[in-house]
Amino acid sequence: MNEELIISGRMNPYIDPHLEVWEWQIPLYLFLGGLAAGLLFFAAYFVMTGKEKKYPTTVKYGPIVAFIAIVIGLTALLLDLKHPLYFWQLYTTIRIDSPMSWGAWVLLIITFVSLIWIFSYLKEAFPKYNCKIGFISKLMGIFIEETGDGWEWKYPWLKTFEKYTQNNRYAWAWVLAVLSVILGVYTGILLSAFNARPLWNTAILGPLFLTSGFSTGAAMLMIMSKSHEERLSYSRIDLFLIIIELFFITHLFMGFLASSQVKVEAAHYFLGGEFTVTFWVNVIILGLVLPAILEAMELLKYKIPVIIPGLLILWGGVMFRFIMVEAGQIIRYLY
Amino acid sequence: MRYGMAIDTNKCVGCSDCVVACQTENNIPHGYARDWISETVSGTYPELALEIRSERCNHCDNTPCVRTCPTGASHVIEGGIVKVTHEECIGCGACVESCPYDARYFHPDGYVDKCTFCDHRVKNGQDPACVSVCPTYCMYFGDLDDPNSEVSKKIATRKTKVLAPEAGTKPQIFYLI
Repeated sequence: MNEELIISGRMNPYIDPHLEVWEWQIPLYLFLGGLAAGLLFFAAYFVMTGKEKKYPTTVKYGPIVAFIAIVIGLTALLLDLKHPLYFWQLYTTIRIDSPMSWGAWVLLIITFVSLIWIFSYLKEAFPKYNCKIGFISKLMGIFIEETGDGWEWKYPWLKTFEKYTQNNRYAWAWVLAVLSVILGVYTGILLSAFNARPLWNTAILGPLFLTSGFSTGAAMLMIMSKSHEERLSYSRIDLFLIIIELFFITHLFMGFLASSQVKVEAAHYFLGGEFTVTFWVNVIILGLVLPAILEAMELLKYKIPVIIPGLLILWGGVMFRFIMVEAGQIIRYLY
Repeated sequence: MRYGMAIDTNKCVGCSDCVVACQTENNIPHGYARDWISETVSGTYPELALEIRSERCNHCDNTPCVRTCPTGASHVIEGGIVKVTHEECIGCGACVESCPYDARYFHPDGYVDKCTFCDHRVKNGQDPACVSVCPTYCMYFGDLDDPNSEVSKKIATRKTKVLAPEAGTKPQIFYLI
């Protein structure tokens, strides 16, 4: 057999023997971004379709979790930069060619839109002013005052703004729905834009990460919700999303196996190579197939504690992103 | 004007003089490198072939590093040389991920650094540091658009290859084989 042995004299930190440029920060952000995209999309969708009464957790509390997820994700992104104090350079230009550039802009915009959304629903979400966490209570004390049966904004402009957001919820829902889909797709496109990394360089990654993000969002809402009806419908949504995800993953590997040699080798890392067990056990079995079975059983009226499929899906989502980022940096062109 | 390089793999002995010259000329921090030597042994024993190459940024025509840069710090200057503006670089790593040759690295000061074809020397009509010190004269630097330049003549008369052409970046360093 004709073999090749390549020896390189280069040993740059983070680059050799294989790339380790993106460590835990990027996959964590990809997970949190997808989660937030899912939470925000469902909130927007059920307002758009006029079902906000049936999905109270989704509409009122989901966006709060999404906002926290985005803030943690942004912090992770900042920590990932090797020149963090220069991060503002991202916002001095818009480069359509670079997914990271428009992704940064979308993240900035969606952070503010989700804040407006939370603001609009704040009175409905927390009718009583009884926050136990000291600093939040102090912070809110600047803006609000207690009244007989609840609380009210101290300043008239806040009241006017609240009225405005409440009267235009339908329009904001559309804005949020579009932005959340872009955010969800962006988590995948970020990776697929690199033609130097065979594992990432496939267009299916956008829809795959979007579906996975929505699925983790639905799982989170399933865990958070106290209404049986709401939980059951998320079980159904999740089951549907998992089936689509499995279909996309099959597509991903079929695409690799039908492509150039380097992509065939990339697929073999998952079909017998070093990532086989980690990927199949954590992502496919624990993260997708098992929760799908549990949810199907729940729909068939078996009593399943909702936390089990919910946590499994979240675990699968985290592992999927960590494995894709790690493996993508190991698999490379050889010459 | 299109700068490029031709490197004769039959003449290169892998002495690493180009590596040291680059590190001295460009003040590269200890433990880092903008150019490097790689050796490939191929075949079946006892019929083995050895190829030694001096590698660096290929200053591609189709530059994924410039495309994916979110701030515009990575850019192409006259002559097709790919450079990084240090003050605009946030160290996000997008360009590092997008290079099939892994030719970029993080400078300890936080920005991404890479081969510049020694544009500060080229401006004055000199060769890049690596080319100028090569003891076997295996490297040729010049204008690929000019058919009479030494580098163009070498590429026209010799068999050549580029690295990882399947990555689609149109590299502008040609290895004479």
